[in-house]
Amino acid sequence: MSEVIVITSGKGGVGKTTTTANVGTGLAQLNKKVVLIDTDIGLRNLDVVMGLENRIVYNLVDVIEGNCRMKQALIKDKRYPNLSLLPSAQTRDKSAVSPEQMIKLIEELREEFDYILLDCPAGIEQGFKNAIAGADRALVVTTPEVSAIRDADRIIGLLCAHEVKQTELIVNRLRMDMVKRGDMMNINDVTDILAIDLIGAVPDDEQIVISTNQGEPLVGSDCLAGKAFENICHRILGEEVPFLDLEIKSSVWGKLKEIFKKN
Amino acid sequence: MGLMDLFKRKSSGDIAKDRLKLVLVSDRANCSPDVMEMIKNDIIQVISKYMEIDAEGLDIQITQTESEGNNGNVPALYANIPIKDMKHPNASR
Repeated sequence: MSEVIVITSGKGGVGKTTTTANVGTGLAQLNKKVVLIDTDIGLRNLDVVMGLENRIVYNLVDVIEGNCRMKQALIKDKRYPNLSLLPSAQTRDKSAVSPEQMIKLIEELREEFDYILLDCPAGIEQGFKNAIAGADRALVVTTPEVSAIRDADRIIGLLCAHEVKQTELIVNRLRMDMVKRGDMMNINDVTDILAIDLIGAVPDDEQIVISTNQGEPLVGSDCLAGKAFENICHRILGEEVPFLDLEIKSSVWGKLKEIFKKN
Repeated sequence: MGLMDLFKRKSSGDIAKDRLKLVLVSDRANCSPDVMEMIKNDIIQVISKYMEIDAEGLDIQITQTESEGNNGNVPALYANIPIKDMKHPNASR
């Protein structure tokens, strides 16, 4: 049985594409057959984050318009034999595709892949409607900021109205130092407000920027963000994994500073 | 929590949480500013029958309030209506 998962957020810049790249790569590392679809037509990005930008020949719109076969448009990731990418079109806009066409395209991919991940564009218009049309499950990405959480709440309402059965939350870009001194909402605050199940919390990590620069997803690597994404993949497969302790082990100097701050 | 925290104001994380809770209540209630304005005008009309009120100073908003059962907070329509005069000029009693 294949599962279609849309990664969405409402607000832009909270980490949808990074999450799609890392979760997709992580699932492929766990020996699942995975295809990533960039549904952000006109603002193609998943290809650069994955480091596959030089291998695009055909794209999503070409497949839908019948300019090529599905096989010709899918880019196989040479690092992970189980992982493919269907890139978006850069010179078209969201109206080039309809929700019905997306559903048909996904049905075709279901036969070959275990997991179909859709990277949703920001916003709640046509592009969003296209991306969620064929989805069984949604991962809503947010950051602990008022704007991102407000938009996530709206998205959760819309997913519910469109009958996406399973909706889970990823809290991205947590800064534990700020949470500790009360200057950032913590994970419980966010899940309290949005009232959906948490599937992962990802710390703000310099390594994310570095890995994106290099076009290599960091899932499974030794840093905290890499571990967090790996855990999300296991939870997608239905395994129970305890949540990471995101606390940064502070140095002696850090501890001293803390003591002085307290008094 | 340290000693200094006793003198400090509320942390910005808590402020964010409280503000969000309020804004989401009205977002979820799906009350557009237009609808709120209509409710406000109707309230002015009704109350004005019985007393003289300050229509300019009238303020209504959707907030949260502790419910009497044990199902936590529920949305509530809060109205602050300043009264100019308890006796309406046209009241005939």
